[in-house]
Amino acid sequence: MTNDAFETPDLLLALPEIWMLTMACVVLVVDLFSNDREHGPAYWLTQVTLVVGVVITITTQWGVDATTFSGTYVADSLGVILKTAILVLAFLGFAYSRDYLRDRGLLKGEFYMLGLFAVLGMMVTVSAGNLLSLYLGVELMSLSLYALVAFDRDSVRGSEAAMKYFVLGALASGMLLYGMSMLYGVTGSLDLGQITAAAAELDDRRFLFLFGLVFMMVGVAFKFGAVPFHMWVPDVYQGAPTPVTLVIATASKVAAVGLFFRLIGEGLLPLLESWQHMVVLLAVLSLLVGNTIALVQTNIKRMLAYSTFNHIGFIFMGFVAGTGEGYGAAVFYAVTYAFTVAAAFGVIMLLARKGFEADHIEDLKGLNERSPLFAFVMLILMVSLTGIPGTVGFYAKWMVLKSVVEAGFVWLAVLAVIGAVVGAFYYLRLVRYCYFDKPEGEGPQPSGSGGFRAVLAVNGLLILGLGIFPGALVAVCMAAFG
Amino acid sequence: MLESSWPLLSLLIWMPILGGALVLLLGDERESQGRVLAMVIGLATFLFSLLLITGFQPGTADMQFVELRPWVEALGVNYHLGVDGISMPLIVLTTFSTVLVLIAAWGRIAYKPNLYLGCFLIMGGIVVGVFSALDAILFYVFWEAVLVPMFLIIGIWGGQNRIYATIKFFLYTFVGSVLMLVALIYLQFQAGSFAILDMYGLDLPMSAQIWIFIAFLLAFAIKVPMWPVHTWLPDAHVQAPTGGSVILAAIMLKIGGYGFVRFSLPVVPGASLELDWLMILLSLVAVVYIGLVAMMQEDMKKLIAYSSIAHMGFVTLGFFIVFQVVVNAGESGALLALGGGMVQMISHGFISAAMFLCVGVLYDRMHTRMISEYGGVAHRMPVFAGLFVLFAMANAGLPGTSGFVGEFMVILAAFQASFWYAFFAGLTLILGAAYTLWMVKRVMYGPVANEKVGALTDVDGREKLVLALLAIAVLWLGLWPAPLIEIMEPSLEQLLQLVMAQA
Repeated sequence: MTNDAFETPDLLLALPEIWMLTMACVVLVVDLFSNDREHGPAYWLTQVTLVVGVVITITTQWGVDATTFSGTYVADSLGVILKTAILVLAFLGFAYSRDYLRDRGLLKGEFYMLGLFAVLGMMVTVSAGNLLSLYLGVELMSLSLYALVAFDRDSVRGSEAAMKYFVLGALASGMLLYGMSMLYGVTGSLDLGQITAAAAELDDRRFLFLFGLVFMMVGVAFKFGAVPFHMWVPDVYQGAPTPVTLVIATASKVAAVGLFFRLIGEGLLPLLESWQHMVVLLAVLSLLVGNTIALVQTNIKRMLAYSTFNHIGFIFMGFVAGTGEGYGAAVFYAVTYAFTVAAAFGVIMLLARKGFEADHIEDLKGLNERSPLFAFVMLILMVSLTGIPGTVGFYAKWMVLKSVVEAGFVWLAVLAVIGAVVGAFYYLRLVRYCYFDKPEGEGPQPSGSGGFRAVLAVNGLLILGLGIFPGALVAVCMAAFG
Repeated sequence: MLESSWPLLSLLIWMPILGGALVLLLGDERESQGRVLAMVIGLATFLFSLLLITGFQPGTADMQFVELRPWVEALGVNYHLGVDGISMPLIVLTTFSTVLVLIAAWGRIAYKPNLYLGCFLIMGGIVVGVFSALDAILFYVFWEAVLVPMFLIIGIWGGQNRIYATIKFFLYTFVGSVLMLVALIYLQFQAGSFAILDMYGLDLPMSAQIWIFIAFLLAFAIKVPMWPVHTWLPDAHVQAPTGGSVILAAIMLKIGGYGFVRFSLPVVPGASLELDWLMILLSLVAVVYIGLVAMMQEDMKKLIAYSSIAHMGFVTLGFFIVFQVVVNAGESGALLALGGGMVQMISHGFISAAMFLCVGVLYDRMHTRMISEYGGVAHRMPVFAGLFVLFAMANAGLPGTSGFVGEFMVILAAFQASFWYAFFAGLTLILGAAYTLWMVKRVMYGPVANEKVGALTDVDGREKLVLALLAIAVLWLGLWPAPLIEIMEPSLEQLLQLVMAQA
């Protein structure tokens, strides 16, 4: 319909992505010409890019509801929230990574360039209004992340993780693409708006619709790492360099929320009845498996990986109702969870040193004696992940539970809170090591530059601050869904 | 509702929380400053809480000192505080107990003292929040937040097996309360608001009421604790430091009892009537069976912990016999039962705090809690022995002490429900006397048991002050409980009407 006549795209509307693309190229070039062994110019330029990106995103897109590039690009408030979160999380990831990378000889300009491209991919995914642009964003994100996981070329674990991630990820992308092709076949359109309209007129093509839906759900669940499409998660979390784990655990989850919403939550909303029980099933399995296996982990990164499933279960519960309130809850959950986990990985990186990852739970022993501030930060983070009030994690859980109860799934809410109790056990175990145990010998000292410590402390205390005054962020997340 | 001209309740909540954070920030080096600052904050909070008594308007069941402002507007959660005759005395009990703990800890904590004091102040503030919240979510926020400082207190300063005890404590109480959260969300969905008062009189279908009642029951019964979900309490008490035990027994258990009157009875009266046999049964088991268990304990703290469970059995008994009492004896009898339960809560707050402090006094000197290692302490510590015997008598329910009033009121009301309830409840007068006085005999009297006992010194000024304050409270409430009952009566009357109208 719109494809007949060429329409000049409104470039300004897509300014955040254009800015990121331009600056990613600039960073690459600047780094080539800089002699700084620490790659300082690339680092600072990257951070400035991200901060300016946040400003541009908010100023040009908040409250807007428009499309450009013939409907392939959507600018709306939801996109602003998710993109802002992604940009800030990437900022935190880079800020925490400096010392870690320097100690391991990984401080290279490509790290920043790949990171920026991953961020760009996430932003495109979140703003996609068309199957093609959606897939483009997902692939740009995934390919950059595969490369980042293997960034430490000499690490056997890292290479193994990258290979696993790549092979399974490619399979999942294939599933996603196959599902999309079904949709295209049924509707004859790549435009998500038109697909939604076609889905609303249920007729004899319903079967093909559902066929495509199942495949797309698999692809999306893989990108989330929801059970049973989760096999890659623990190995990738453990094998990847910690800053990369941070990005995969946080920013890519936020992007996945956007992916789900654009493709299924909004795109196939008329088929709610059909996908609702798939989502319920994914949520239940994620809650059960995540909590059970996280109980026995002794590696913090693996424990966080398995406990991620628990939180993904909660995010999927937000999707169950198919209402704006539920989606708002899911977005709130994903964003706050991402910031909490980012700080947790930050603490691990703070304690890590050359040749020592500090990712075993016993490494936290007696942290309160060595650094009361970061022990306290760890306490807040774990309490928030458990979902105890006073921290933001409680509101996230509560909003999701509220949407689920109102959708009539009380049993799911009960299952989820019981899962939260199991979760309390392994999160409290970390608190226990920080506060109740004495270190064996010296124990790892917090190391890291002043800036790193300051950002990390602010990140941690933010979880507490948002826990006492959650009103503004809740209002923003709800506003995005009318 | 009576609005407050200035935010007194907020002050009582946030002054200790922020002050506690300040004490934490002082760090370990500035121990003496931290101690003084904590004491000033604790005392000021207590003095301000007395304004609740002087400013309280008796004779009305309305909420007083109300503060209402939006908090999370997008979700309809309000910062809604207020007290009535039920919650006001509990708030004063909280601020009072916090001061006692601060005095008891004065200079006695060697490891990270400022963290210790800060945790207690913060906890005091949070508990005041529990008792004054009128918004269900605000209530839940405070309710759960209590767990964190208590978790740290037991885990950091506790005894040998503290980590097991504190994790057990946390998980037990957390299990109970998360289901309450689901119930509260469901209630909000039905009532259209998170205000607790709006959840009264909803007239829900019976099946829903039963489920909600069970969710509440788990949350409150674990906190109280009722048999058979009481097993965390002896562990927690034995491992907790003295201050932790005092707060656990004096305040934390009251949160559970308070929950029953604030939520279970008025929100789901139909289910409360339907299941009152269960509650009465569990209460009587607590009184009789746990009383017998207490008798066999060899560890003083464990003995007092079990006696706490038995005494709290009276509280729940008083609350849930009302349905049967009202049939036989009308409203005045039912009021007696409710009032008895409430008085018992306050009284138990004083007595259990005193008992745990007494054990703390002995433990500080002997580093053991085993009854068998004591004997003849009265010869070496005459003043202490006098006070200890007084509290033991109160624990056994001797007339003239506060322990008598609540139990007597409940037993009297129980007679009007059924002779057998009164009979089994009355056994406590025998059992309580048996386990408490037997312990007193073995610890205090007889010849001096060993050299360590022989070297004991009597209580010092600080300890005397704490115990004397509690002795005054115990006697005052025992001899002249009328002011307390007057404060509570209108609120309890209204509660009763609310419950009976629906049930």
